[in-house]
Amino acid sequence: MKGFLLSFRSEFYKSRKTLGFWAAILLPLLISALALVIFYTQSHKFVRMDPMMLWVQFSMISLGIMGSLLLPMYTIFVAYSVNSIEHKADTWKTLFSLPISRWAVYSAKYFYAMFLVFLCLALFAIFTIGFGNLLASIKPELKFGQYHMEKQLLQLYFKMFLSSLGILSIQFLLSLLWADFLKPMGIGFVATITGVIMASKDWEYAYAFPYAHPMAALASAIKRGPGARRGPASEFVINILTNDVYVALGVAVVVFIAGYFIVRKRSVK
Amino acid sequence: MVIETQELSFSFADQLVVKSLSLQVPAGSIYGFLGPNGAGKTTTIKLLLNLLNTQDGSIRIFGQDLQSNRISIMSQIGSLIEQPAIYQHMTGKENLINRAMLLSVTEKRVDEMLALVQLNAAANKKAGQYSLGMKQRLGIALALLTDPKLLILDEPTNGLDPNGIIEIRELLMRLVRQHGKTVFISSHLLSEIERMATHVGIINNGAMLFQGEIKDLESISQPMVYIETDNTVDAANLLTRNSYTVTDVFDTHLHVPFTSRQQIGEINALLVQNGLTVFSINKQQKDLEELFLDITKAN
Repeated sequence: MKGFLLSFRSEFYKSRKTLGFWAAILLPLLISALALVIFYTQSHKFVRMDPMMLWVQFSMISLGIMGSLLLPMYTIFVAYSVNSIEHKADTWKTLFSLPISRWAVYSAKYFYAMFLVFLCLALFAIFTIGFGNLLASIKPELKFGQYHMEKQLLQLYFKMFLSSLGILSIQFLLSLLWADFLKPMGIGFVATITGVIMASKDWEYAYAFPYAHPMAALASAIKRGPGARRGPASEFVINILTNDVYVALGVAVVVFIAGYFIVRKRSVK
Repeated sequence: MVIETQELSFSFADQLVVKSLSLQVPAGSIYGFLGPNGAGKTTTIKLLLNLLNTQDGSIRIFGQDLQSNRISIMSQIGSLIEQPAIYQHMTGKENLINRAMLLSVTEKRVDEMLALVQLNAAANKKAGQYSLGMKQRLGIALALLTDPKLLILDEPTNGLDPNGIIEIRELLMRLVRQHGKTVFISSHLLSEIERMATHVGIINNGAMLFQGEIKDLESISQPMVYIETDNTVDAANLLTRNSYTVTDVFDTHLHVPFTSRQQIGEINALLVQNGLTVFSINKQQKDLEELFLDITKAN
């Protein structure tokens, strides 16, 4: 356990000046700030909305982007960035000859990548809630203060976090095995597009494909106006433990463990 | 013995890279592991560090079996393999702090190491901007961070300028003499190893050709006196008549086994007194290739 904690801390120390780490903070900050600016400057368009609808519309700016393309792409990027630090510096051989168990070194790296995805999504939730409440005080004509959906937002982002873990495990392994950027990125991108198509067409087996999970997580939570398949989202109904989340967690655990044995078998370059 | 391997073999796919290697590295020695590029040196080192799994044979380090005591053995080894593994986006000092963190070493030790390898002035410069020699020195500082009993260094002077090579050589000799460390160092340069090693192992095509103390090697790798005159044949005859052994005669020069500096002077005087013009006369070390030939012949 000590080896794991030391390695985890070292992962933070190594990455703290890289884009891989800062993206987890800047991405939610920039997108949430953009939503804030839109609602502040275009407030006349939203004045007549009822408070719940207002919150849904406000949070959908971040959720919509994350749920469709950005969360899978960000996960792919994080998985790449934690591994590329070692590929670039040629440090796998030193990491694996430290007096620390290899399992600790490997899992610390994986859990650090997971922590970055978690941090990014947690900040999305926090900034959405924070900026919504800020709008309530600086633009009182928008009725942000009259409704609260903190719990639903936290639940929804938590569900999206869980739904990204399948992708994370797969991409983590790919980025660990291949030093270059294009292979894991290319595979991840094609798989993400496939996943988005599957989930957006409501294909019945989309739940079995990890890259479709973030979008499925979002789509299943959105309820539109009565009888309407299209049109703006009107409320969130969240059920965290659905089939796709179970599949995501299953894939994550299996690939994570299998990855360790694949790495052990391969000689360290 | 600090390192002891028995019949160690390793193959990549179906190519045998290390062939029944039995290393014997005594405590307090500087063991020079010599061989041309591609001889299996790095593979052997990776086996010693358990980066490759042993296929055949066994490895004992500090008297313990490597497979079953990996972590306790690794905590007493500092290593530098091929290019130093350095995070380019961090400063030299941050690289050391990061490693110190992983190994639970104090930050005071980081400063000591920077001083030891003379990187204080560049401590806060990004390691990506370091010269090759500075990177190599940082790599050695990283290896020494835990004050290990055994240092395993793979071609640590690769790419260094002559000053850098001398610095590293003196550092290693000091570590062994004053601090009782053991150093296992690989190289493809005989001259480099000869200047510091107490013990030598020579490997070619994965097999050990020679292993023993440096003085045993010296008897095989006898240096030569290189003589260039205006008439090589006359010079050879003259020297032979005066009971010198002439080992090779070429169009432009000839070789006589070296015994002392005095002998070079005597040969020079003899040649000049007999009317020959001496263009050049000096002591020449055999290079590794010639040494291999000699060892193969001797066996």
